Amino acid sequence: MIEEIKSPAELDSAIETCTEAFERKISGKGGKRAVLVCGGTGCLSNDSEAILKEFERLVEERGLSRSVTVNHVGCFGFCSQGPFVKIYPEDTLYCKVKARDVQDIVEEDLVKGHVVERLLYVDPVTHERVERQDDITFYKRQMRISLHGCSLVNPDFLEEALGYDGFKALKKALTSMTPQEVIDEVLASGLRGRGGAGFPTGRKWQFAADQKSEEKYIVCNGDEGDPGAFMDRSILEGNPFEVIEGMMIAGYAFGAKEGYFYVRAEYPVAVERLRRAIEDMEKVGLLGDNILGTGFSFRAHIREGAGAFVCGEETALLNSIEGKRGMPRPRPPFPAIKGLWGKPTCVNNVETLAQVPYIMRVGAEKYREVGTEGSKGTKVFALGGKVNNVGLVEVPMGTTLRELIYEIGGGIPGGKRFKAIQTGGPSGGCLTEEDLDTPIDYDTLVAKGSMMGSGGAIVMDEDNCTVDVARFYMDFICSESCGKCTPCRIGTKRLYEMLSEIVEGKGTKETLEEMKALASVIHQGSLCALGQTAANPILSTMEKFPEEYLAHVERKECPAHVCKRLIRIEINPELCRKCSLCARNCPVGAITGVPGKEPYHIDQKKCIKCGACVSSCRFKAIARK
Amino acid sequence: MAIRADSREKIERICDSHKGEPSPLMIVLEEIQREFGYIPFEVQEIVAEKLSLPVSDVYGVVTFYNFFSLNPKGKYVIGVCLGTACYVKSSQAVIDKFEEVLAIKTGETSADGLFTIEALRCIGACALAPAVSVNGKVYPMVTPDKVPAIVAEYRKMEEVA
Repeated sequence: MIEEIKSPAELDSAIETCTEAFERKISGKGGKRAVLVCGGTGCLSNDSEAILKEFERLVEERGLSRSVTVNHVGCFGFCSQGPFVKIYPEDTLYCKVKARDVQDIVEEDLVKGHVVERLLYVDPVTHERVERQDDITFYKRQMRISLHGCSLVNPDFLEEALGYDGFKALKKALTSMTPQEVIDEVLASGLRGRGGAGFPTGRKWQFAADQKSEEKYIVCNGDEGDPGAFMDRSILEGNPFEVIEGMMIAGYAFGAKEGYFYVRAEYPVAVERLRRAIEDMEKVGLLGDNILGTGFSFRAHIREGAGAFVCGEETALLNSIEGKRGMPRPRPPFPAIKGLWGKPTCVNNVETLAQVPYIMRVGAEKYREVGTEGSKGTKVFALGGKVNNVGLVEVPMGTTLRELIYEIGGGIPGGKRFKAIQTGGPSGGCLTEEDLDTPIDYDTLVAKGSMMGSGGAIVMDEDNCTVDVARFYMDFICSESCGKCTPCRIGTKRLYEMLSEIVEGKGTKETLEEMKALASVIHQGSLCALGQTAANPILSTMEKFPEEYLAHVERKECPAHVCKRLIRIEINPELCRKCSLCARNCPVGAITGVPGKEPYHIDQKKCIKCGACVSSCRFKAIARK
Repeated sequence: MAIRADSREKIERICDSHKGEPSPLMIVLEEIQREFGYIPFEVQEIVAEKLSLPVSDVYGVVTFYNFFSLNPKGKYVIGVCLGTACYVKSSQAVIDKFEEVLAIKTGETSADGLFTIEALRCIGACALAPAVSVNGKVYPMVTPDKVPAIVAEYRKMEEVA
């Protein structure tokens, strides 16, 4: 246990001790083997807590406590293969582990030293079992900067963070650089805000640094609102110390002594780990007055959001911290001039702050080697939807969509055809087949009619209807509009109603024209980005899939067979084996026939198009049309 | 509705524990929501008085954020994830099925006070899509035909208890 870190020399010695301990743990040099169990969001939802407890119980029971350590760690990223268990020093990765598998791992691997083959990852192409994480295709193109330490360090212990590069960057900044040099370094690195718009982080800091004020604030935006993105949560849960370190460096750079983490109340694990990290740092003196004896003082606080998407917008977020309704403020004045409680404030996203320690450690020059001309470094994407490998993926800026979807993502399940990928969440748009080879960065995505956003990347296949997806986003935006600006409050509601008309077969070509006109009004007449970008999912799908919209309004058809009012479900009498399974599954008794004698038939008047029959039929005799 | 003396005391204690902090309203309301499950008007009045704020400000904040509820929720809160990854994997059909089985709409609580259906926005379990969370316990890859069994599981727990 570390008791005090009050000077650079004490930090050095703590880092040395912890690094040695950490290396010993991973390399097995101390004669101990280490079991790491994933405690990320996806794996926790899949009962990884029970796996951890089972390991602790069995290790104790088999008398292995002296030779084996058991820890939980942050997200491995490859969520569709979770829960994960990793064994060091061999670096064996077990996938899809259940609590009942723990016995085997303990008896076979920990006791006898044999790998449990059946729990290894199976490569879908070669069908070979893969033992080590780095040899899995999903990980090959990845580069972990924001996710540094996630899936490796135990986020509950300061010692683990210190043992894996933690606070080296802070020491470097505080002891060998002036605040201006820190800003210059971040400016030179080309780091842009990872929350969505991509504003240069160094410039933001410079604005705040130029303000003369005794009180300034740094705010970390962890109000991850995009319904399909969970990287901020995973970073905070996997290595909270890294983000606090980034925040402190920012505070030092532009003169803030107080920092606020604004984290969604829906992320209790992230809040808890962050709170514990802050307490531990206060205890040893890494937070508080006169940090490392350098005269720099800093305190960190946590404020929980309360479920309002608009609070991801920085001025709405500031109002929310001030205990008000989370409505955006007019800009200017920008927060860097007049922010939290009227003082100069920088609002940076979790992932942005997580990149800062790395930049300080390796230097701007090396950081710039990764990425594209206009976008440097890496970006974490939450890859989801109709793709084989669902999870968190951190790749260099400039990676193409094809690499993301087909190499890392492993392609589309069930041999279906790729239709589109939605990026940027409710403010973004769709990219299609023809964009697959575009290197993705802030600027190319905008040029293609979408945006980076926080990094949600939802893959859609031929079974998804883009009109329906646009309606989904509009439903979201309209319930999350704060109501301040009339065009957004009423306009998004009208857009939702018009889309509803279209999916119900009541829309016309005029409806499409009206939507376009209204979209432009909402864009021009809204104060914040939520309203300004609200119509993007509609405009983008209308541009990329005009024929799908036309099919809905002209022929009253839904080509993807999603929109219930526009489809029929029919049984092909030639394929029907007269087994009666569909009739038994039909919730409204719409299917009739005689078992073994007469093929079954759906009464279209009774049918509610729930699709229960389609999924129940074993002979693929029932289809949506 | 009269507030019980011990509840009032608890609410006042929560308010007092954040005295001196800058803008404590949100923190206070979050603690009350967690403690009692909802924040009715009578409680808002106490908070307003203790924090020296107009009650309209408190009401404004309570009604703005999804996390705060004016009415009590069911014993089992069924959250169906309608995040994008779940939605493209047909979670709408799952929420429809819950509405059908429980005969209530999303956001409503069943007459027996047992179940509330909520639409959630991404719980980060995208690999388990469509995901359903009942009081925090996550059910992975839920299809409409699995819905009756999930409801039955909790009804059975009630019968046993």
